[in-house]
Amino acid sequence: MSSDVIVADGLRKEFTVRVRTGRLRRQKRLVTAVDGIDLRVARGEMLGYIGPNGAGKSTTLKILTGVLMPSAGQVRVCGLRPVAQRTRLALSVGVVFGQRSQLWWDLPLRDSFDLLRHVYRVPAAAHASRLRRCRDLLDLDAFLDVPVRQLSLGQRMRGELTAALLHGPQVLFLDEPTIGLDVVSKQAVRGFLAELGRGGDTTLVLTTHDLADIERLCRRLVVIDHGRVVHDGSIAALHRRYGSRRLVVADLDAPPPVPPVVPGAALRRVEADGHRLVFALESAGVAEVVTALAGLGGLRDVSVVEPEIEDVVARLYGERRSVRPSRRC
Amino acid sequence: MADRSLVDRGGTPTGPHLTGDAAPPAGGALAAYRALLGAQARSQTAYRTSFVVDLVGNVGSTVFDVVAVVVIFGVARELGGFALGEALVIVGLTTSAFAVADLLVGNIERLPRYVRTGLFDAVLVRPLGTLPQLLLMDLPLRKVSRAVFGTAVLVAAVGSAGIEWTAARAVLVVVAPLAGVVFFGSLFVATATVSFWWVDSGELANSVTYGGRDFTSYPVTVFGGWFRAVFAYGLGFAFVSYHPALALLGRADPLGLPNWVGWAAPAVALPAAAVAGAAWRTGVRHYRSTGS
Repeated sequence: MSSDVIVADGLRKEFTVRVRTGRLRRQKRLVTAVDGIDLRVARGEMLGYIGPNGAGKSTTLKILTGVLMPSAGQVRVCGLRPVAQRTRLALSVGVVFGQRSQLWWDLPLRDSFDLLRHVYRVPAAAHASRLRRCRDLLDLDAFLDVPVRQLSLGQRMRGELTAALLHGPQVLFLDEPTIGLDVVSKQAVRGFLAELGRGGDTTLVLTTHDLADIERLCRRLVVIDHGRVVHDGSIAALHRRYGSRRLVVADLDAPPPVPPVVPGAALRRVEADGHRLVFALESAGVAEVVTALAGLGGLRDVSVVEPEIEDVVARLYGERRSVRPSRRC
Repeated sequence: MADRSLVDRGGTPTGPHLTGDAAPPAGGALAAYRALLGAQARSQTAYRTSFVVDLVGNVGSTVFDVVAVVVIFGVARELGGFALGEALVIVGLTTSAFAVADLLVGNIERLPRYVRTGLFDAVLVRPLGTLPQLLLMDLPLRKVSRAVFGTAVLVAAVGSAGIEWTAARAVLVVVAPLAGVVFFGSLFVATATVSFWWVDSGELANSVTYGGRDFTSYPVTVFGGWFRAVFAYGLGFAFVSYHPALALLGRADPLGLPNWVGWAAPAVALPAAAVAGAAWRTGVRHYRSTGS
């Protein structure tokens, strides 16, 4: 047995959609939501799973959690077949759907936690110690006795995270856990998940549209589009592959008479009436560029801007736009 | 320092996961279902006044079902060969069984909503059966009043019909409504299952469940031809209240079936439950292969 907690080979999922083509006529159309995904996730890994809307992120998550049956392909999560061994798998995984709640709306948060203890048949001591830790890390105490419907979105999400972890899952699936949250709540959620990942024991699969989540939490990034994996690797590898560059921004006392040439770096932009120069690093390092700029004289300030992952991903999505997602049948 | 792991599983990080490998304790599921029921009770009674209003208001529709039959006897002395007191035994058997089934299982007609809101997905990622979870999480406790009223109608009708009580009839007056609950419950589940395939099937489901209840509120002798053949005997509605009522009243069947048919209610209810269970499992399988 491998140490991989998630093993998926050639995962496919097709839906038949009926499209109205006339007053009474409807045409069946086969939509491929997941189109041959291979995925291996090792224990303790924190995986960012991103893609544009409709790329197949949620469908993949539903297949991995046993909600949906794949049309083709093999899948094992914690060594179990998700659909056939649904209830056993449920004891080993936790799921947070950002836009749905698994808490009891009219009951105090505390009651939901107590109920989940029964639902997952968790021994009282284990339940209590996990809850205590979540209460500390997520500051739940202030609203533990408030009915869920009265919680703010940020408070509710902290409750959802706790609810998903009280049975001590090996894998935590998070479908857009920071969607709609304010900055402070996002930070709280990210900080908590980072802490969770530090234990090295819980595997985390996270879908998101907020790439800051990924940058903060995930060393590995899987980008899917039209149901296919278009990138699987580190964020640095993504930058390398798509040629995103670090930028060096230099503020000068006076605009230089001629645009300066720095070996190994390209002048991207000139801003602030020529007082600010923006270089993109190619072969040169930051130090070389700064040295060269210092030679110009009148260098007031220098800053380094890391490449924006948003830009890279936007480029990545755009590249594949021309592929048709569906075919008729 | 003992364990830095946030989700302390009570074992070493490399050892087997207790939660993943240990079989759940026997009877654990029952405790879980009981907890779900308790939560539903607390949720629904959170607003006490509105709950009481709902409770009272819910008797209304069941009252009308009974009144409808009584009104018919205002213009007709007999209905399908039965006097008012006898007809009310049929009504009582139907009303009590339907009201209890509606309380326990009726909300499954909200399946399209469960799918739309994602509750159905949430239920699928929990270690319990899908159907019992949905029933318990949306159990309409305000309908308790109907069940009580329906049972009261049965008790009153049976008490005033001049039944010659034997041990067998005493058993039958309990078993027949229980079989009716199973039968109507199966009907609710089976018709709700249709919406796995066809989301807008709500009215169709209602026409079968409420139509079935109305059908069984009258002696089958008032219906005729293929209609009676299909509903009374093809789908088994006659065995829910008509034939048990004949057996209770000691009347021979005008249609000529033997008297023991009055005890056949469980023999109809249990296959109905099996069919409904199979339909549910097929529906869930369909949902998982289509996601809609």
